Amino acid sequence: MKRLYPYLTGGITEDWTDYLLAYQEAGADAIEIGLPFSDPMLDGTTIQRASDRSLRRGTTVDTILADLAAVRDRISVPLFAMTYANLVFRDGPAVFCRRLAEAGVSGLIVPDVPVDEADGLSAAAEAAGVDLVLLAAPVTPPERLAEIAARSRGFVYAVSVLGTTGERDELAGTAAPLAARIKAVTDLPVLIGFGISGPEQATAAARAGDGVVVASALMRRVLDGATPGELLDDVAALRAAVDQADQEVPADHAHAEVSGDRG
Amino acid sequence: MTVLESMAPPTGGRFGDFGGRYVPESLVPACAALETAFREAWADATFHERLAELRSVYAGRPTALTPATTLSADLGITLMLKREDLAHTGSHKINNVLGQALLAQRMGKTRLIAETGAGQHGVATATAAALFGMRATIYMGERDMARQRLNVFRMELLGAEVIPVTAGSRTLKDATNEAMRGWVAAVEEAHFCLGSTAGPHPYPWLVRQFQRVIGEEARAQAPVHPDVVVACVGGGSNAAGTFAGFADTRARLVGVEAAGGAAMTHGRPGVVHGYRSMLLQDEQGQILEAESISAGLDYPGIGPEHAHLGATGRAEYVTVTDDEAVAALGRLARAEGIICALESAHAVAWVLRAAGTPELPAGSTVLLTLSGRGDKDMATLAGVTE
Ligand SMILES: Cc1ncc(COP(=O)(O)O)c(C=O)c1O
Repeated sequence: MKRLYPYLTGGITEDWTDYLLAYQEAGADAIEIGLPFSDPMLDGTTIQRASDRSLRRGTTVDTILADLAAVRDRISVPLFAMTYANLVFRDGPAVFCRRLAEAGVSGLIVPDVPVDEADGLSAAAEAAGVDLVLLAAPVTPPERLAEIAARSRGFVYAVSVLGTTGERDELAGTAAPLAARIKAVTDLPVLIGFGISGPEQATAAARAGDGVVVASALMRRVLDGATPGELLDDVAALRAAVDQADQEVPADHAHAEVSGDRG
Repeated sequence: MTVLESMAPPTGGRFGDFGGRYVPESLVPACAALETAFREAWADATFHERLAELRSVYAGRPTALTPATTLSADLGITLMLKREDLAHTGSHKINNVLGQALLAQRMGKTRLIAETGAGQHGVATATAAALFGMRATIYMGERDMARQRLNVFRMELLGAEVIPVTAGSRTLKDATNEAMRGWVAAVEEAHFCLGSTAGPHPYPWLVRQFQRVIGEEARAQAPVHPDVVVACVGGGSNAAGTFAGFADTRARLVGVEAAGGAAMTHGRPGVVHGYRSMLLQDEQGQILEAESISAGLDYPGIGPEHAHLGATGRAEYVTVTDDEAVAALGRLARAEGIICALESAHAVAWVLRAAGTPELPAGSTVLLTLSGRGDKDMATLAGVTE
């Protein structure tokens, strides 16, 4: 089964958890929740705007975790927090990871903590029972890729493109070769993210990996005022697109292995 | 720890608890390649010869060490000014940029990306790009573009592309975010020519090494070892370069921050722009916007080596207000006939305030780095002194 992990900036609206429930109902396998940071270095304009809007509403890590705790009974899919190092290190990674776990968040993605800086955080995450997901990029050399894959938990995040988050016209040519390289060195699921902008790209990316993360395309809609019901339709369309890749698995699996050999 | 060790190379990419390489995976290989290239270049006599030649025939080094005779007499101290305002392009930023452009060339890069606050680093980068036949893309906050218009014009005249940054406070912090985003997208062909002793390893170290020429020249030029060495601190490059020449002497090292951007005085440890250091941030860990009249000091962080020098007590960090800096700029101009940059005026202001007090007793010998010249700030000054 190919996976779909849609993203939502925590605290983006007053009833932001309604979007979570909509994502879940539309068939999300897990949900990434952005904990907004003032200086999101790896985010393009859409996620920057979403982070700004949320912060201006007074969102903090605490308010997001409290809101999550309140809907916990109704959420059955795994939740991954995505944020930046400064918020994680503010009270120390041990405290941070424990609080995530207490709120029902089972995974953590911190794009500005690469594997070389991850020792303390990965120990803290493990102790709290939180999966620390590491990211791999098209420029990651082979030995490093093996280390990232070995130390990642939950899944390996394949950053499809050299660039920030943000919608793009087509799936980057770097996405499939990277996914194949990662799959060659790990049994963990490989999720492709960054720039997956619509159903067609979701199908293409899901073919190359084990699933997709979709962020900016959904957050643009939320920023434009789309309702949870409307986002439910968007995520359902992505679900169908990802499932379509599933049906084609035999042929395309072979294709992925060929590019893996080359890559 | 011995005094000498206090400005040693970083170990494992860190100065004590500070520094590191907190960057997205997409940038890690580029940082590692830069570190390797820098280590090789720094060990290569030919590289040093080329750099030395550029410094002398192009950048106008060594810069003068000028005795500030009138102020010395007025204040009861011996004040010497290390004149980075006389370097080509008008500030110390050229020292770092010439080194990095040579490195970029060695690495086969065809394009330089830079962030700039006051515009001096942007001008220096645009200058080096013109000299080396490279493309330059300079990110600058909209607010800084307005208050440092002259430098925007200079960059464009030199053929650089200046990209306005409209996020957040529209100053150096936001320009740095955007430059790093631009670098992620162009990491294979572009070198990120970072302008201060900040950012991910190896930048804080590499920039300090390219700036240490300030301190080394000053040490050779000074008739006696100074009791106090003082420089303004934004990200900390002119101060680090100056301190590097004196860290193994008994001199007190004093870094002067803008009161509205005083990471050492009001900050807490945190991570931004790829490094761990002292940062202005709120209780939640959100980075605060600095607020200074001087665009080059209007930054919520400080280089990790300074955080370390502060933590170990080897250097002290003090603050100066906008008003004090503006007054100091005028007094230096009238007393010595030198119009310095608003950034540099912060260092002058501390000397004016502290001289004759226990902080800086009468009779002290003081070496002060004037990091740049003031042309770029005339419009700002006209606005506050009309
Ligand atoms: C003249 C001048 N001095 C000082 C600074 C501050 O930078 P640093 O602390 O890296 O020397 C700047 C930065 O723009 C500058 O233009």
